[in-house]
Amino acid sequence: MADAIIRMSDVNKWYGQFHVLRNINLEVARGERIVICGPSGSGKSTLIRCINRLEEHQQGSIVVDGTELTNDLRQIDAIRRDVGMVFQHFNLFPHLTVLENLTLGPTWVLKQPLAQAREAAMKYLERVRIPDQADKYPGQLSGGQQQRVAIARSLCMNPKIMLFDEPTSALDPEMVKEVLDVMVGLAQESGMTMLCVTHEMGFARKVADRVIFMDRGEIIEENSPDAFFDHPRNERTKLFLSQILH
Amino acid sequence: MSADHIPEDGLPPPTGHAGMRRWLRERLFSSPLNTLLTALAAWLLLMALPPLVEWLFIRAHWTGTPAACRADTSGACWAFIADKHRFILFGTYPYEQQWRPMLATAIMIATVVASGMRRFWNAGLVLIWVAGLAASGVLMWGGVLGLARVEDTLWGGLPITLMLSVFGIAAAFPLGIVLALGRRSRMPAIRTLCVVYIELIRGVPLISLLFMASVMLPLFFPEGFDIDKLLRAQIAIILFTAAYIAEIVRGGLQAIPKGQYEGAESIGLSYWQMMRKIILPQALRLVVPPIVSTFIGLFKDTSLVIIIGTFDLMLTVKTAMADIAWRGFSAEGYVFVGLIYFAFCFAMSRYGRALEKRLGTGYSR
Repeated sequence: MADAIIRMSDVNKWYGQFHVLRNINLEVARGERIVICGPSGSGKSTLIRCINRLEEHQQGSIVVDGTELTNDLRQIDAIRRDVGMVFQHFNLFPHLTVLENLTLGPTWVLKQPLAQAREAAMKYLERVRIPDQADKYPGQLSGGQQQRVAIARSLCMNPKIMLFDEPTSALDPEMVKEVLDVMVGLAQESGMTMLCVTHEMGFARKVADRVIFMDRGEIIEENSPDAFFDHPRNERTKLFLSQILH
Repeated sequence: MSADHIPEDGLPPPTGHAGMRRWLRERLFSSPLNTLLTALAAWLLLMALPPLVEWLFIRAHWTGTPAACRADTSGACWAFIADKHRFILFGTYPYEQQWRPMLATAIMIATVVASGMRRFWNAGLVLIWVAGLAASGVLMWGGVLGLARVEDTLWGGLPITLMLSVFGIAAAFPLGIVLALGRRSRMPAIRTLCVVYIELIRGVPLISLLFMASVMLPLFFPEGFDIDKLLRAQIAIILFTAAYIAEIVRGGLQAIPKGQYEGAESIGLSYWQMMRKIILPQALRLVVPPIVSTFIGLFKDTSLVIIIGTFDLMLTVKTAMADIAWRGFSAEGYVFVGLIYFAFCFAMSRYGRALEKRLGTGYSR
């Protein structure tokens, strides 16, 4: 792949004795949208958390947009500026208002003037359809609203890559759709590179260019969504799909 | 939903659920044991209060000579305080110049009060401190602006106690935070250094630190080099308190969920930005109660400088008691300084509670 924005080669990682990532080779093209699924404990969250160095890999190499992830703090900071992340539990800052949550990164990391950062923040809040909540604190919002704020917070940094770590699995069922709608809109309008760990198969079919299935730290199977869901090749994939698709 | 689940119009609250009577019955006489305890407490109060009031106020001597006080010892001898309060409050500072420490004390208190108000929480606070310190320094030392020079060996009483506390708090707090961060650092050298510091300092009593600062430290100084004794005591107090603050702050840091660190890191904040904007504001808010307790403890512990002969409030009152003319009125002296200590500690405690309330913003609980 010539224009790969993320290139992982022979990545291995252990938690103590537990081999959590095994020989991961993955290339992601610029603008590509990837859904990663797999049973719990298969290493899918760890995989995407290695991309912005929330987790450290121990073997192999990860190159993000031409910069290799090493222990060099400046490189890690540079990569984090370009990589946004949305977490399962939102990880909003409870002591700051929604607007302050959104402007913190742009003003402190990108050194934007506050007025400009606020303006951009309001634009993104409109995009995730909650501009009226700007002055509230995260604790006053519903789960779905909080997750949309978290998405807007990442967007404010103008990232080239967005990572989603099970963004809907901590939400009440009726709020899943509002978050997925925002993510679908983002995928279709922005052309941003997206890696999404999720079990929302409808979402995968709608927006993913590629679905990756992981089990026990390995990438077992990857394919286009339709082929993946309709004609899984691997036995473990079949078993997993039969379990989540009821 | 069936019809009988529809609530009726609101009924008035049942009678007897409010008011003095109910309060008494619920709080004081709810069971035989409670009734007994109430009676016991009432009896103890009856025994203790009237004699106390009599001693403190009714039969007290407000003015007069020591001889008059001694003739009737059933009342407190406030004449002792009336005669000695200037010495207790300002020590051996030249008598006719004592308006200076009084003004300096007022300025110091005003500076601290301003620091506690949110409206001053900006860069201007530094200016307030610089101005406050300069003004108190000039007033205390003099030697300029036509003020007579007064050496700090003559200082004493309340200004000393306040100075040791204010600088103690102002320096120990940031130092404690740095130590707490250091103890959680990923770098083993820094971590070890902080752990050793905290454990060593916490492992010895303040008294021994003060002794070391005043007696042992000078032994290591080169000939002719000396640091003021007061300053050495001040440093000992700062180092001691910082170790406790560090452990309290570390507790607060540990209570912050990992997701907050990850959220901050994912938007690219550097370590210090993350600590300053995300982690510490939340961690410190959690530990306001124990921090205030530590500050109150520090305020009272400054009285230990008595053992190295620094004239703080405690030593001035003891010296006043030792005056042959006024022998035997130590209770009055202790009550007097006790009230002063209490006033400051209680103010800190109330401020701590107000601060907790105010920082509660955004946490809907």
